This record gives sequence, structure tokens and C-alpha cells, in this order.
Amino acid sequence: MEFFVTLIQVLDSTIRLSTPLLLACLAGLFSERAGIFDIGLEGKMLMAAFFSAAIAAVTGSVWLGLLAGIASSMLLSGLHGLASITFRGNQLISGVAINFLASGLTVLIAQSWFQQGGRTPSLFGGGRFEPINFPFAESLSGVPIFGPIYSELLSGHSILVYVAFLMVPATWWVLYRTRFGLRLRAVGENPAAVDTAGVSVVGLRFAAVAICGVLCGIAGAYLATALQAGFVKEMTAGRGFIALAALIFAKWRPWHAMWACLLFGLLQAVALRFQNIDLGGIVIPVQMMDALPYILTVVILAGFVGKAVPPRAGGEPYVKER
Amino acid sequence: MEKMPKWADVILIPLISLLLAAILSALVILAIGENPIDAVKLMVTGALGSTYGWGYTLYYATNFMFTGLAVAVAFHARLFNIGGEGQAMLGGLGVAIICLSVPWPHWSIALLAACAASALFGAAWAAIPAYLQAKRGSHIVITTIMFNFIAAAFLNYMLVNIMKPAGSQDPATARFPEATHLPSFQSMFSTADNVVFRGAPANISFFVAVLACFVVWALIWRTRLGYEIRAYGHSETGAVYAGISPVRITIIAMLISGGLAGMMAINNVMGEAERLVLNPTEGAGFIGIAVALMGRSHPFGVFLAALLFGFLYQGGAELALWTQIPRELIVVIQALVILFTGALDNMVRMPLEKLFLGMRKRAE
Repeated sequence: MEFFVTLIQVLDSTIRLSTPLLLACLAGLFSERAGIFDIGLEGKMLMAAFFSAAIAAVTGSVWLGLLAGIASSMLLSGLHGLASITFRGNQLISGVAINFLASGLTVLIAQSWFQQGGRTPSLFGGGRFEPINFPFAESLSGVPIFGPIYSELLSGHSILVYVAFLMVPATWWVLYRTRFGLRLRAVGENPAAVDTAGVSVVGLRFAAVAICGVLCGIAGAYLATALQAGFVKEMTAGRGFIALAALIFAKWRPWHAMWACLLFGLLQAVALRFQNIDLGGIVIPVQMMDALPYILTVVILAGFVGKAVPPRAGGEPYVKER
Repeated sequence: MEKMPKWADVILIPLISLLLAAILSALVILAIGENPIDAVKLMVTGALGSTYGWGYTLYYATNFMFTGLAVAVAFHARLFNIGGEGQAMLGGLGVAIICLSVPWPHWSIALLAACAASALFGAAWAAIPAYLQAKRGSHIVITTIMFNFIAAAFLNYMLVNIMKPAGSQDPATARFPEATHLPSFQSMFSTADNVVFRGAPANISFFVAVLACFVVWALIWRTRLGYEIRAYGHSETGAVYAGISPVRITIIAMLISGGLAGMMAINNVMGEAERLVLNPTEGAGFIGIAVALMGRSHPFGVFLAALLFGFLYQGGAELALWTQIPRELIVVIQALVILFTGALDNMVRMPLEKLFLGMRKRAE
């Protein structure tokens, strides 16, 4: 029974930790499926985390914070679009620049606004996303097995967690069941064909980059206003890159992205709870858990276990034939 | 026909990009309520106004020369090595092992051995992404990013579980023995009654870095291998037609790149800290990207850009000390430099090309 309680707690924390990964991963999915590589997920999340916490702290409204977070993330997305779509620059270099821009600007502005060493004041009350309790969660918690699963694992998360997991079927539906999704996937594989059909490549790619900005914005706002209560320097801590790893691990597919993010979230949850794991004499050091998402991704990229093939036109600026 | 003269390409465009980055940085300083002109004055006095300031500026510049050259060499083969950070960490591990395990009689021999060890460890860390890119087509940018994180976890493990001296709480190795301490600028240039560079970390590895700039220049423009690397970077199909093996060039270019990034460790680990600590690189691997972009991947350009970033780093530290502007201002400037010289290159280039074409037409 004790094992079961621990298991529920670890899985509960897995869901919390997977949420930002999942949102950022789906953000990257939209962008990369349209042929725009985005290694700036980390920076966009960080920017959104700061602005959501800052605005929520000043206004006391977490919803205004969320909007500010999304807006700031979209601004960076616009910059990425300008560099990589309009001026046909190198998408990877642009992503690197965006990460540094966010990393520097957040601390600079935080220091200038709040003078607390690059953090925002702690959020409380309406400044945070509160957990949502499902109906009867309280009364059902005594039921064996089902009770804890319902009332602790599924119930009691903030609304953004449910939004993130609902985004998975939504993304699947948009990509595979709508005309927009078909064109979006086509523009990532063969933009010339889309252009020939009379559809704007530039427009589609900007739309994809904008969606990416919105989702990264929600991911960042979740970090600062739901998972934690306020912004601290570098609070994304590589999550944007883990999301990128999950995206490759999932081979750019929405449902697989969810499983990949849950797996990487589980690794984080286990590392948080147990530190070094003793498996009957063999100790798995906590650093191994930290490195595992990256190692798994390299293995997948190497194609030893099912090859990950990115969208064919990814990373290539589109030049109309003249 | 060239669209514009060569001098415009190598001098004018970087200068305009730099100017744009400087203007935006000034706006950022204004926006947080400080005076940009005072800030620049403070940075110049702090970084260049004394031998102490110079000692720090040149120390940082040494780091950036190594990582900048690393990125530049890979750029010539059209490879984007974003993993300088991890390679430099592993280089530090190599230096620490070599300094702690062998009783060196003199620093000069230790330095040679440390150069070899750091280059070897850095190159080894770049070898796996290089092999995966060359043989399996895995994107080098993604694999090198992943290897940065793996390197950080690995270094953390090595320091906490293996290399930390017994009884110590600090996740760092023991101090390196006296005989491996490199001569600092203070001991090299001070006379009995005129002490210069007092307490500054600049050391003899600066000259190793300058030498590395020369060697890379000779390698890229004066050897057959350099020619092959440039040819491959220019056109893969052309290179294959000329009998150049893409696999060989990819792997060799990345090994050189990783080795150069690793060699940064002789400056920061052996020269300054004199032991290996957690996160020894402090982002210098990433600054190499900005340095290589600004230096147009030319060793002399890298040298100048590294000096500029050394100045920015030391100046930024002084700003953080005396004003309300945090050190992160440098990260913003670095981002703007990468943005304008790298990603938004065409924004500057396109109008200039039009201008020069127009001028030529009028002349004809």
C-alpha cells in the first residue's frame, strides 16, 4: 500500500512536470512541421514566464499575466519569423540569439522593475492559477485504488495542465483533419508545391510560428504562475531543450509527443524524489536521470532504434523561382 | 560578378551590424533608466583603463578566442558546432586529470601535456556528434546541444562522486600542485618596483590562443586539408566531384573544432581556477558563436571579436559593480550581435548590395 501511495505521488508530479514540456513540444511541432526549426523554445518560455509573473504580480490577475506571457512569447516568435522567413536567415542562429535575448532581458527588466536580484515578487491569491478539484474528489478519495487515482492524480491540477493535455487531440485534429493542417504539413515537406497551388508559403509559415509563440507563452506562464509562485532567473532550466528532445523522440507526431513528454516528466519526477536510486547493489546516480532524456534522444537521432526523419524542408528558407 | 566589393563584405557589413547592436543596447540601457554614455565610459575605464582591467579583458578574450576559433573552423565546413560549451567542459576534465595524476617537474611541460589532454578530451566529445552527422545523418546542431547537457551531467557526476577530495563538501577537485601553475601576466611583466596586472587572471595561455589563431589561419588557407574543408563547406556536390570524402571532412573538421574548444581549459581551469569546479565554462562556449559570426570565421576577425567580447565582459562586470545594471546586459548585447551578424545578415546585406549595384550601374 505504501508503494501505491508513492507511485501516485510520483505520477502526480510527473503530470505537473510534463505539462510545460508538452506545451513547448507541441509549439515546436507546429513550427517544425511548417519547416521552421526552432531551438528558441527555451527563450520564449523564459520570456513568457517572466512577463506572466511580472504582470500577475503588478495587477494581481493571473489571466492578465497569461496574456502578457503569450504576447511576449509571440513577440520573440515574430522576431524568429522575421529573421528566418522574411530575411531568409539561418533559423538555428536566430534561435540561439532568441535564447540569449530572453535570458538577458528577463533579468535586466526584472532588476529594473522589482529590484529583487532578477526575480519577481512571490505571487499569491488571484496572481496564481489555483488547482481545480473535480466533483466528488473529496468524498471518493477513500475508495481503494480508484479513489487516489481520481482525487489525487487526475483532480487538483491547475487549468493549464488540462489545457496542455487537451491540446494533444486538438493538435492532431488541426494537423491531420483540417485543410490548414494539410497545407501546414505540406509547407514543411515541399513548399514549392504549396506555392504552385497558389497558397502563400510565407503566410502559412508565419501562422505556424505564431501558434508556436502562443503555446510557448502558455508553457512559460504555467511555469511561473502555476508550477511555481513567481519568476526566478533561468527558471526554465533547459526545459525548452528537453521539449525539443521530446519532439525528435516523438518523430514530430502529436500523440507520441505526449508520451515522450510524460516519459521525460517521469524522469524529472523520479530524479526529484529519489536522488540516487539503489537497484540491489547498482546505484543509478541522479545525474544519470538528468542526462537520460538527452541520451535517449541522441540514440533515436542516430537511428539505431527507429530513425527520426525531420520534415524535409525544415531549416531551409523558401526562395520563389524567378 | 561580385555584387559588392570585398571590403564591404568583410568590414562594412560587420560594422553596420555591430552599430545596430550597439544602438539597441543603448536603448535597452536607457529603458532601464541608466545613461548609456556614462555606462560606456565606465566600461572603458573598467576594462581598459588599468593593467588590472586589461588583465581581465585579455583573460576573457583568451577563452573566447579558443571557442570562437572552434565555431569558425566548423563553419568553414558548413557545420554549426553549438557544443563548444560541453567540449570545453570535457577539456577541463582532461586538464584536471593530467594535472592531478602526474607529478610534473615544470609548468612548461605540464602546459604542453595539458594542451594535448584538453584538445583530446574536447575532440573526443565532438567525435560522437561528428560521426552521427557523417554516417547517420543526425543533425549536428541537435546532437551537440544534447551533448552539452550530457557533459554537464557527466562533469557533475565526476566531481561529486569521484574527483572530490575526501571530506570536502565543495563539488570541485583538489587544487592543482604548485608546479602546474601557469605564469600570470603579473609575474611575467612586473618589475621589482612596478607591479602590473596585479591579481588579474590573464596568463601565458593568451599567447597559446594567439598562436592557435595563426595555426588555424595556416590550416584553413595554406594546407590541402584546409582547402578540402572550405571546398566541402562551399558545395558538397562540388567537393564530392573533386574526390573529397564528406564523411572524412565532417569528422576531421569537428575533431579540430572540439579540440580547440577543449583547449580553452588551459586558460580557465589551469591558468585561473587552478582546480576544476562545477560549470567551469560559464557560457564561454556559446560566446564563441557570436565571436565567430562577428569575425566572419576568419582567425584575425575572431581575434578582434574575442578582444571586443573580452572588453564587454570585463566592462559588464564593472558596470554590475558600480551601477544598477546587472551583468546580464552582456548577454543581451551578445544576443543582439548574434542576431544582427548571424540571423538578420540579409537585412543589412540586401540594401547594401542594391546600393553598390546602383552605384556600379551609374558608373557604367
